[in-house]
Amino acid sequence: MNKIVVGLLFGLILGAIDGATAWFTPEARPMIGGILVGSSIKGMLVGLFSGWFARKVHSTKWGIAVGAGLGLLFAFLVAAMQKNHYLEIMLPGFVLGGVIGFLTQRIGTTDHQVSVRPQA
Amino acid sequence: MELTDSIVDRLRHVAALPDLVGTRYELESQIGRGGTGVVYAARDRELNRPVALKVFDFALPGEAQLIAQLEHPAIVPIYESGTLADGRSFYAMKRVVGEPLDRYVTKSPSLAERLRVIRRVGEALAFAHSRGVIHRDLKPQNVMVGDFGQVYVMDWGVDAVAGTPAFRAPEAELDQRSDIYALGLLLQFMLPQTPPHALRAVANKATRPNSADRYPSVYQFLADIERFQEGLAVEAWSEPLWHRARRFGSRNALLLWLFAAYASVKFLLFFLRTV
Repeated sequence: MNKIVVGLLFGLILGAIDGATAWFTPEARPMIGGILVGSSIKGMLVGLFSGWFARKVHSTKWGIAVGAGLGLLFAFLVAAMQKNHYLEIMLPGFVLGGVIGFLTQRIGTTDHQVSVRPQA
Repeated sequence: MELTDSIVDRLRHVAALPDLVGTRYELESQIGRGGTGVVYAARDRELNRPVALKVFDFALPGEAQLIAQLEHPAIVPIYESGTLADGRSFYAMKRVVGEPLDRYVTKSPSLAERLRVIRRVGEALAFAHSRGVIHRDLKPQNVMVGDFGQVYVMDWGVDAVAGTPAFRAPEAELDQRSDIYALGLLLQFMLPQTPPHALRAVANKATRPNSADRYPSVYQFLADIERFQEGLAVEAWSEPLWHRARRFGSRNALLLWLFAAYASVKFLLFFLRTV
């Protein structure tokens, strides 16, 4: 599995989990469907770019930093669309981005790791 | 003139020295005595380099050819073999500057360093086994660690060598698994006083009295050590659940910290909102 797919997959799962935690906020419950979809897409976008970065740069430290940065950026865009709940969206988004960045560094293959078959 | 015991001993010693007339070597000192002969420090006059000369007490034509087949970084290379003027056979090999393993461990090297040496010895054994050669006499005194960390397995056995009792496998007929037994004892010898459970289990598996219960090959022994070093479960030990959890934790410490940070942020925000 290549790193971009790993990023998309973990971004989707972790984004959905992050969105699902909105259920604990009573005023957000009526919008839980939209939050789930939006949070999953945000996670996937972070995963996509983190996975692309992980293919180019092999460094756990930089993977976490870039993932966290992307998480913060996309969370800010989501919060800016609502013009509200900046802290509640951006802080978890920042940490979750770091997790996705870490996972894309540790899991998955890069361009160079191709399987070699003997020529006929 | 009366011949005292010391003079007789001296004469016996001089008589036992190899006659290097007609060879390119110049004797320097005695390094040690093995089961089949004596190893001397000598100098190759033509190439002006130090060598070690093994001079046999009796004819053992196979040993030099046997070792010459084994071209491996952890096996001391043979330069030349022949017969001396006094009729004894000999071979010249690279003189390794370093210390035997039993002296090396007294310096308390790190566990990683100890395992590096064991792996190097194992690689040499695996290579020899792939060529159909077994060592027969693997023990700390037959492993040299060079000044720059090079590891050499010395004194490759021939049929005449029965092995050192403390490191010899219990079976009558020695084979590759007998070397694995000795390698397991070597690992035990190399481990610190309170070794990790997994490594103790690896050594125990390699030294089982019944050869069929040991690792089938040196590669499998080495693979288990590698698994230990990578923080994975070793084949030789079915670890308890708490141990598995601890190993998972230490292997994935950073990921667990990141998840803990995420959970903390969520809790913090939840409580900030309800306060």
